[in-house]
Amino acid sequence: MNEFTCTLIAHDLSRQFGQNMAVQGIEIELKQGEVLGLLGPNGAGKSTTMQMLSGNLAPTRGSIQICGIDLLDHPEKAKQHIGYLPEIPPLYKELTVDEYLCFVARLHGVQSSQILDALAHVKDRCGLSQVGKKLIGILSKGFQQRVGIAQAIIHQPKVIILDEPSVGLDPNQIREIRELIRELGKTASIILSTHILSEVETICDRVQILNKGGVVYSAALSDLKQKSINLEQIFEQFTLKKELVGDY
Amino acid sequence: MILTIAAKEIKILFVSPLAWVFLAVIQLIFTWVFLGRLDAFIELQSQLMLIANPPGATEVIIVPVYAVASIVLLMATPLLTMRLIAEEWRNHTMPLLMTAPITVTAIVLGKFAGLMFFFLIIIFLVGLLPFSLFLGGTMDLGLILSNTIGLLLLAASFVSLGLYVSSLTTHPAIAAAGTLGILMMLWIVDIVSTDWGDLLPNLSLLKHYEQFNRGMIDSSSVVFFMLFIISFLVLTIRRLDGSRLHG
Repeated sequence: MNEFTCTLIAHDLSRQFGQNMAVQGIEIELKQGEVLGLLGPNGAGKSTTMQMLSGNLAPTRGSIQICGIDLLDHPEKAKQHIGYLPEIPPLYKELTVDEYLCFVARLHGVQSSQILDALAHVKDRCGLSQVGKKLIGILSKGFQQRVGIAQAIIHQPKVIILDEPSVGLDPNQIREIRELIRELGKTASIILSTHILSEVETICDRVQILNKGGVVYSAALSDLKQKSINLEQIFEQFTLKKELVGDY
Repeated sequence: MILTIAAKEIKILFVSPLAWVFLAVIQLIFTWVFLGRLDAFIELQSQLMLIANPPGATEVIIVPVYAVASIVLLMATPLLTMRLIAEEWRNHTMPLLMTAPITVTAIVLGKFAGLMFFFLIIIFLVGLLPFSLFLGGTMDLGLILSNTIGLLLLAASFVSLGLYVSSLTTHPAIAAAGTLGILMMLWIVDIVSTDWGDLLPNLSLLKHYEQFNRGMIDSSSVVFFMLFIISFLVLTIRRLDGSRLHG
């Protein structure tokens, strides 16, 4: 694994909130064209990790490299390669979809001559072509989520970070979004967090399970399938284990 | 990048009715004062002629309009600045700006520039009133200019303070109340303090504005306004940077 194939390297990533260690010594390496699923119970540190990887939160300790650029030393340069969808999509409800996506494109430094192309392309990909002129505030939750994904990919970043992308969607929309993610994964590296184990099984190449701020399990999905190991069992084993030990 | 953020702020301001209602109400107040003073001037004109060195139309009509404008802006600014940053946090849109490849400085300056554009419109609309009098006579251009510059600096000071207070909370209403409170205190500080030496009354923003209102561009007042604006912009930048560090 050298720097040319790794688009994201996080080393010894830690974050402390007061006395509480939210994330401790997480190591993540992401290769180009790889989809990584972050699993874990609520409060395991998934969102905190993603906030740090996207540059929204400074880590207490550790380093992050995006496409070989240090995120903490050269944030503006490194952030050009990041697309981030937070848990709650960052939408201006008083703007239309087109206005909003144009603003995001400009914000990410897309050349003004290419903005219209980028806009048409991303709307096509996310199924937003019909709603370009509508106000974001009146769209349904599913469409708002799609706009959220669209803002994360409009500048064609190399690293896409999606925090629970399928939350609040109906089964059809979930299937569409999964297809979209798989397609995006061909050209970019994706990290996504989720509570749905089957989602990881269908779209991810690799899985990391977080518990209490640390990585407790990491494996390639193809290995799991080969050994016919059930992800659900592993999840229970690694996230419940410590509490069970405490009980006995 | 600063322009991108500023353009977004202006767009969001003008898609809501708030900005339009605001411009209309403010213009109504200014025009009312203006017409009232114009009436008074016409009534007094014959008596003014008898004085050796009579005050001109600009002093009688326009100076009071700008004095009222400063107080109206003081009351109105908190309503406009309250949502600048507080709402980004409340609506969870801050991560979008923070993930973008721009500096925190660009975010803050963009928001400042966006709202200042709105205030430029207000100041332009106020300026139209004295210019309408050019139809009937000559005006004291220097006095109008010093008032305009003063009002601009005053508005910029209000906005930078409002921007900072807005960055301290996630509730726009609290930001508005806080900004109004501080601005009021900075207004009355020269009335309240009597024997505190020279320092305290000098903090009064409107006291500094009075110089401009009388037609004097006092360099120490200009410096005071500049320092005030820059200080609160820097504080806002530090506050946003801090939110990334402290969570």
